[in-house]
Amino acid sequence: MLLIHCPYCEEDRSELEFRWAGEAHIARPENMAGITDEEFAEFFFLRNNEKGLTYERWRHIHGCGRFFNAARDTVTDKFLMTYKAGLPKQPVPGVSATEKAVETCEQTEGDAR
Amino acid sequence: MAELATRTLPLAGAHGGSAGVRLTPAAPAERLSLRARAEDVAALSQSLGLDLPTKPKTSASASGRTALWLGPDEWLVIAEGAGSSSSDLKAACASSGVLHSAVDVSHRNTAILVEGPGSAAAINAGCPQDLSLKSFPVGACTRTIFGKVEIVLLRTGEESFRVEVWRSFSDYAFGLLAEGARDAVL
Amino acid sequence: MSASVKNVGAFRIKGAGRLTPARTARFTFDGKSYTAMEGDTVASALLAHGVHLVGRSFKYHRPRGILTAGPEEPNALLDVSRDAARRQPNVRATVQEVFDGAKISSQNRWPSLSFDVGAVNNLFSPFFAAGFYYKTFMWPRQAWTKVYEPFIRRAAGLGVAPTEEDPDRYANRFAHCDVLIAGAGVAGLTAALSAASTGAEVILVDEQPEVGGALHFDTSTTIDGQDGYDWAQDTAAKLRAMPNVRVLTRTTAFGYYNHGFLGLAERVSDHLDRPGRDVPRERLWQVRAKRVIIATGSIERHMVFANNDRPGIMLASAVRTFLNHYGVAVGRNVGVYTAHDSAYEAAFDLKRAGVHIAAIVDCRDRPGEAVLAEARALGIDVLTGHSVTDTAGRLRIRSMTVARNGNFDIRKIEVDSLIVSAGWTPSVHLFSQSRGKLRWDEANRRFLPDTYAQDCVSVGGCNGTDDVAEAIDEAIAAGGGRVAVHGESRFNWTGGMIGAAEGAGPDTTVKAFIDFQHDVTAKDIRLAVREGMHSIEHIKRFTTNGMASDQGKLSNMHGLAIAAEMLDRPIPQVGLTTFRAPYTPVTYGTLVAHSRGELFDPARKTPMHELEAAEGAAFEDVGNWKRAWYFPRRGEDMATAVNRECRTVRDVAGVFDASTLGKIEVVGPDAAQFLNLLYTNAWDTLQPGKCRYGIMTREDGFIYDDGVVGRLAEDRFYVTTTTGGAPRVLHHMEDYLQTEFPHLRVWLTSTTEQWAVIAVQGPKAREIIRPFVEGVDISNETFPHMSVAECEVMGVPARLFRMSFTGELGFEVNVPADYGPTVWKAIWERTKGMGGCLYGTEAMHVLRAEKGYIIVGQDTDGTVTPDDAGLGWAVSKKKTDFVGIRGLKRPDLMREGRKQLVGLVTNRPSDVLEEGAQIVADPNQPKPMTMLGHVTSAYWSENCGRSIAMALVAGGRARIGQTLYVPMKDRTIAVEVTDTVFFDKDGGRIHG
Repeated sequence: MLLIHCPYCEEDRSELEFRWAGEAHIARPENMAGITDEEFAEFFFLRNNEKGLTYERWRHIHGCGRFFNAARDTVTDKFLMTYKAGLPKQPVPGVSATEKAVETCEQTEGDAR
Repeated sequence: MAELATRTLPLAGAHGGSAGVRLTPAAPAERLSLRARAEDVAALSQSLGLDLPTKPKTSASASGRTALWLGPDEWLVIAEGAGSSSSDLKAACASSGVLHSAVDVSHRNTAILVEGPGSAAAINAGCPQDLSLKSFPVGACTRTIFGKVEIVLLRTGEESFRVEVWRSFSDYAFGLLAEGARDAVL
Repeated sequence: MSASVKNVGAFRIKGAGRLTPARTARFTFDGKSYTAMEGDTVASALLAHGVHLVGRSFKYHRPRGILTAGPEEPNALLDVSRDAARRQPNVRATVQEVFDGAKISSQNRWPSLSFDVGAVNNLFSPFFAAGFYYKTFMWPRQAWTKVYEPFIRRAAGLGVAPTEEDPDRYANRFAHCDVLIAGAGVAGLTAALSAASTGAEVILVDEQPEVGGALHFDTSTTIDGQDGYDWAQDTAAKLRAMPNVRVLTRTTAFGYYNHGFLGLAERVSDHLDRPGRDVPRERLWQVRAKRVIIATGSIERHMVFANNDRPGIMLASAVRTFLNHYGVAVGRNVGVYTAHDSAYEAAFDLKRAGVHIAAIVDCRDRPGEAVLAEARALGIDVLTGHSVTDTAGRLRIRSMTVARNGNFDIRKIEVDSLIVSAGWTPSVHLFSQSRGKLRWDEANRRFLPDTYAQDCVSVGGCNGTDDVAEAIDEAIAAGGGRVAVHGESRFNWTGGMIGAAEGAGPDTTVKAFIDFQHDVTAKDIRLAVREGMHSIEHIKRFTTNGMASDQGKLSNMHGLAIAAEMLDRPIPQVGLTTFRAPYTPVTYGTLVAHSRGELFDPARKTPMHELEAAEGAAFEDVGNWKRAWYFPRRGEDMATAVNRECRTVRDVAGVFDASTLGKIEVVGPDAAQFLNLLYTNAWDTLQPGKCRYGIMTREDGFIYDDGVVGRLAEDRFYVTTTTGGAPRVLHHMEDYLQTEFPHLRVWLTSTTEQWAVIAVQGPKAREIIRPFVEGVDISNETFPHMSVAECEVMGVPARLFRMSFTGELGFEVNVPADYGPTVWKAIWERTKGMGGCLYGTEAMHVLRAEKGYIIVGQDTDGTVTPDDAGLGWAVSKKKTDFVGIRGLKRPDLMREGRKQLVGLVTNRPSDVLEEGAQIVADPNQPKPMTMLGHVTSAYWSENCGRSIAMALVAGGRARIGQTLYVPMKDRTIAVEVTDTVFFDKDGGRIHG
């Protein structure tokens, strides 16, 4: 069970109090009614689902109720940082490219080498 | 008009607990869900007669009213004792003249008092937070999860807590507290 | 009679062990009665009586005995019961403590343990080689039910699950600490002393009943000048007295998850004769630790040689535990077969206790000098460079066959027990579960912790630190404190091997078991490699090595070494299978803990629930809510009651509990603007005191929720949602408010539970509520359909809505929930007096269907647009933005021929369609037929005198008047497509 730092409660709390809310930093188009089908597909349907560093939204739904953003490594499940909603995408010091080394189930399963 | 309506508390008659933990349904209370922006907190505090807490996990009490920080723009204001009413609370907020939302939730919530040396352990049967005095001192409050329901938890003393819960979840909360109380070995 | 050495077992050694005969317990094993001493495990008690044969193996039904003295036990799995309901299969005899009155039986044998018909499998074993199941359970299809399931599967297996409900209690506790220490052997106890000295909050966990770990058997270690075991007990007492330390014994740290989260299973009362009523059987601890010290020690491995699985063959550490802790000798004439020095000490201990040691067979040419010297001094024969190549004995080992390595000259040595040790495997399970990476220690042929993924550290045996003094230093450092502990051991163990021993190599066909619980032999691993399994994960699944409930604690390393040899690759390149939680099996009860019975899930009840129950209501589950479904009177079945309720509402009036509807108060100067963005409708045009039906779509344009929204003031709206939709709608609104429209000055508050909602519907509704209402004129002129007012009802502040989900004149009285019961009672009394009724959700469903009102989630399914549902009028054409505006313009949502909601009437009025039934144009077309849509709602309508239905049908509205068909299993029903309003088509009644 994850331990998540809520940037509003300024404390680490159990995952049980939170709800995941999808990829972060996908802005709703200002001229929503006027965008093309392709733009709509990009906004609504398509997600990166990246391996490694990923930016996502969480809501402290059973706590302060706030949505916030998190940078998490989907391989290690480590939270690299969390920050308040509305802030631009925060760079994570020392982390840039995603790990691409392991690909097959066989390799990820047999992890002693 | 034939008769006046009377209050029926959701946990009327509930009893439970153990040698180490006493469980009591709290007396009826008046409650307000108060929402406001940071710049308007001072004015609302003045009108309510207590300093609305602005630090996470803290509460403030004055003259029978307690305000619990639930979120950066959200408080649960509880008024206890005869003579308090939610319309008084609403009127006090209104008199501040600043922008806010005050919604009467007196009947939405009900409360369970959990007291005794095993009280924290009983609550930890379903609540994942650290309830040691170091990280959850007297006066600390939080919205959190208790088993499968959401609660608002307020520490009223070293060995006493107030559990606020939505009324239809109160049977469950009381039942789980009773189980936790049985297991709260010292 | 006071217990004497005699009646607690002929194999008890006077003066040996730590148990006292002060208290004894009686138990039965396969119907025979035995006496145990307090503190005995089932294993030690049985061995004390000379019982070695305790089970039959999984696949071949081979006789099996007790191999270990701990939780890694693969063989001795028994069925332990207190009474009929408290029966637990697959209990490890080496873990379960004896309690008075325990009824214990062996498993997987018929008709008896010593004569088991299933043992014929052993003769047919060539057919049951690795991969047998995968190859056999394929075809023919009928064989599944006729052969595979009834015979083959039954023949294989372990215990039988109990059939009665578990009467025991289980508890759950969340806990936090600075340091959690798993394992209370020398290293764990020292680490605890060290950590506790810093003032840190410490939890120390050990799976055994007492602390001590290896000190249970290892009598050659002294700490601070004390016998090791005694030091451990004193240290635990010291720790228990400290306010910042919690010592949990009989508690297994079974899982190490993300971010310092560990699951512990505490066996609270399984060892007690008569557990108290309030005492749980087991307690789950969900611990969040800032730091974890893993001190889980290591597990001894067996030797892999022919017929190495007979009862009486046991690990050296187990033999020492039974002798030094329980005072039990495992035999009278004991052999030793080892690749490691530690087995010698078992022989020394037994010899000193008066047991004859037939020989120590050591496959190594040069064992440690110290042990050889001691063996000589004790007069024990040691055969170095020799191996045990076979054993004999049907239900217990009778002899071992010994040969010099590389030599065919054999000799048989009679033994009644055989001690084996191939060395020690560090217990890296928790470390690996924490996602740490291991490294291969080639010198000692073992995997050790290398890279840590979490804030944890391994100390002692599990870290490969064999020397006791070094382990202590490591533990002190890990704890971060300053304490002084000095330990020393008489022997420093060396040696060890993994893989098959002499006589069980690739050129042989002998049964040399590596995984006892799943009957996997060295040969099976080789077969798997030959059949093309080259990944250890594939080999594991093909052979099921390590997949039994002991998860290969003894077998994984052996299997790996044999596979590596076959593949001709170094072991680290073959890799190790992933260690998964739980470390040892955890009962369902523990994981479920309090979530049973009434605490399984909250049952939400409205304020009027008890009153409705008193009126005879039947309830249905709607989400977690219990809603009054219908109110049968004496002699009425459901259909009769619902028909009466439907008729009465339209003829007189009915009272309905609508409290469960979701309610959200939207407050702030930008409230109307916010609702404009969240709903398809326009809200700025709604006047205070009025309400409007609103539809909420998601960005994709599909209906998400609906409900009536009332405007109480310029800046205050009262939004209702569907019962099931309340939490997600609020979440959805909060999402947009906080993250897309944070500039709007508006706040949302859930008020679902603040209000008890009493709907009064029917021609007499106004007459019924009039005397209770104060502060608003409810006449049709001043309070027309879709009005809302704040007023008083029976003297309490109320919100009154004029609205209808039945098509009748209707009101919804909202009073603060605690007042609900008295107001409901008064309104119901008056309604009853006027000939009205109570009605439930079923009648509500029929009444709304008669009017064509949709239920989101029943008539819509997440792919229905407002226009599809015939609600295009509710989508504002003027707004420049709302959630869903763009989605609705997608080509697929605009195309002709979409499924649209229409009415269906059956040609035969009495035919009621089935909800979900498919609709076709031509019932005689070849299969698969072209489906036009499906029935979403279907009822008998008493008011219409016929069945009615709604359906989603492709191009539905253009088909009105057409006949379509609903093919059912036994017949085809012809239906006519209609509009969705079946009753009061001009809608006059609602304005009455």
